[in-house]
Amino acid sequence: MATVSEFRICPTTGLKVHSAAEKLIKANAVVAVVFLAIGGLFGLMVALTRWQAVHLLPADWFYLALTAHGFDVLLAWIIFFEIAVLYFASAILLNCRLAAPKVAWAAFWLMLIGALVANVAVLQGGSSVMFTSYVPMKAAPHFYLGLILFAVGALLGVAVFFGTLVIAKEEKTYEGSLPLVTFGAVTAAIIAVYTIASGAIILIPTFLWSIGLVSHIDTLMYKLVWWGMGHSSQQINVSAHVAVWYAIAALVLGAKPISEKVSRLAFLFYILFLQLASAHHLLAEPGLSAEWKVFNTSYAMYLAVLGSMIHGMTVPGSIEAAQRARGFNNGLFQWLRKAPWGNPAFSGMFLSLVMFGFIGGISGVVLGTEQINVMMHNTLYVPGHFHGTVVAGTTLAFMAITYLLVPLIFRREVMFPKLAKIQPYLFGLGVLGISVFMMGAGTLGVARRHWDMNFADAALTFDYPPAAFLMMALNGLSAVMAATGGLIFIVVVVGSVLFGKKVEGKIDLTGGAAVAKYGSAGTLKIPGTAVLVAVFFTCFVLYYFVNWKYLSELWPLR
Amino acid sequence: MAIQPPESRLWWKEPVAKVELIWVIVAFLWGLVMFFMMIYWHAAGKQNISSEAYRVDPASYQKKAEELAEKYKTGERAGIPIVKPPAGSDIYLIARLWQWWPIFELEKGKAYRLHISSLDWQHGFSLQPVNINLQVHPGYDFVQTITPKDKGEYTIVCNEYCGIGHHQMTGKIMVVD
Repeated sequence: MATVSEFRICPTTGLKVHSAAEKLIKANAVVAVVFLAIGGLFGLMVALTRWQAVHLLPADWFYLALTAHGFDVLLAWIIFFEIAVLYFASAILLNCRLAAPKVAWAAFWLMLIGALVANVAVLQGGSSVMFTSYVPMKAAPHFYLGLILFAVGALLGVAVFFGTLVIAKEEKTYEGSLPLVTFGAVTAAIIAVYTIASGAIILIPTFLWSIGLVSHIDTLMYKLVWWGMGHSSQQINVSAHVAVWYAIAALVLGAKPISEKVSRLAFLFYILFLQLASAHHLLAEPGLSAEWKVFNTSYAMYLAVLGSMIHGMTVPGSIEAAQRARGFNNGLFQWLRKAPWGNPAFSGMFLSLVMFGFIGGISGVVLGTEQINVMMHNTLYVPGHFHGTVVAGTTLAFMAITYLLVPLIFRREVMFPKLAKIQPYLFGLGVLGISVFMMGAGTLGVARRHWDMNFADAALTFDYPPAAFLMMALNGLSAVMAATGGLIFIVVVVGSVLFGKKVEGKIDLTGGAAVAKYGSAGTLKIPGTAVLVAVFFTCFVLYYFVNWKYLSELWPLR
Repeated sequence: MAIQPPESRLWWKEPVAKVELIWVIVAFLWGLVMFFMMIYWHAAGKQNISSEAYRVDPASYQKKAEELAEKYKTGERAGIPIVKPPAGSDIYLIARLWQWWPIFELEKGKAYRLHISSLDWQHGFSLQPVNINLQVHPGYDFVQTITPKDKGEYTIVCNEYCGIGHHQMTGKIMVVD
């Protein structure tokens, strides 16, 4: 049983903060940001190489940098940060001590050692196999070993989270049901368990194969199981960043969910149906039936997509309702105009919400349509899509909440407030460009993971249309902008954590009191959100059918 | 607030706002439309990837492809045979590090049973500028019945990363009247 002295009371939120939990949140968040810096730098080099006029790296370094970029940002940055989010959503939000801090530290070190081993393997040059490491292309054994250690560490972290929930329930540190944000974190953690299990099922035999103990791994089976990890891990991200959206709306605007029931149901859809999504990576594959592809790629008739579409209304809806309750009641959009756009936590969160829906979400559903996929599989459309989900969505949301973690957990003031204010816009606009221009190039047929779109050394040459080269140049410029935004983020956060003015007493996050009630459900008015959702839906339907039109012009195929 | 337990302990009994309910229903119906659209296209559309595929031994696949190429060879380009098989027949394309082999000459508007398989690693069949993209595995013979719509020279780009020569791996399909 924890003693009282292991806790402090947060002067801003009134929450009891367990010091061991606080230290672990700090450690995981700091390492996450370091990997963001490393992985982001690799990403910039990749984008500058694909900008044909610059063509920065030689071929071997390009493939190496691309492998490192995938691992460092998609796994290391995001999962370290997610572990911090899990500890925050359990120990901090529930006023509880963290279960087994020693295990949590073991998890931290396993993940860190695993990530470093994998990075060393990649930098040694013999493991430029891309993030997906499709067999029978073989990496050095310690590449797989690093991934396995990292995954085991992450699983331990998830176990600590569940343990903390049990303790909170036993010791009655909260009343009634879990807060919605913690519920979202539970969703992420449950998905993490079967994600990591899929990873173990495929990576352990692959490791044994790399040291010669297993003779053969079927290429199709590898992909099927690997994507059980590869895609599901993106669903951890979605659950976690949606939870972060709700948390920021609550902390900054005092917003509360419009309906607990609907928001929780939407999280439940993620748990039940997201795992099927690994199928949409296999739509252009031999050996799987059309029936299997159609059912699974639709996540059982788009029930998981329904979950995201629900959050797409309930998050802005709760913000609108909170703003209106505060008196911003003029017209359709005064609540939005008068939102705290100068607060990087809010602006980052709202940009993440909009871009995840419009860019990442719509393109993902179109790309995952069984027949339409044939026009996009393995083209740059694919990275275009997932930079819209993982970078514009997850990374930007995590950056946004960091602006709240710095004063609340690190208890430092955010330094360089003017730079911090523009950071989400700069990064967001850059990522918007990256996504849109890569999707554009992909529509023109440009291959992903490809060093030379000029085919200068090929025996049989080919010219992509000039527009494709323009797209890649614009992608390079956008990457420079995003990297600048990323650099500002790192300077601001690292500077604040190390040298920021110590925060004493209560901080004014909300600029006003939390909203107690929106009025009864019958009279709730969120017309602005209804208009935004209608615009979104119109874009979705149009873009969806435009792609069917393109498909109908393709060579017949059966 | 979303960071605190719900105020009402019986939150699941609270009514749902009308605007929320409408959106849930619309979004659900849209999901059904998208689901049935894929099934509809299998019935009415002309672009559906075939799920016809066979387990194959790379050496015997290579033999079949080489026999076909020898029988219908009409010329050579960059050391790769140009092959003109009869319309409607089975044609065998090899993907290997770092080449597509052979070059096919096909007739516009005629259907061909195109077999694709890899002899080594995974590759990506990306036909440009048409933009048809298929995954190629070693040990699997993937069969698509394909009908070229327009005449001209088409390029097969490899779009699955396959090592250091990946960006040099190109092939050709010529479509003639």
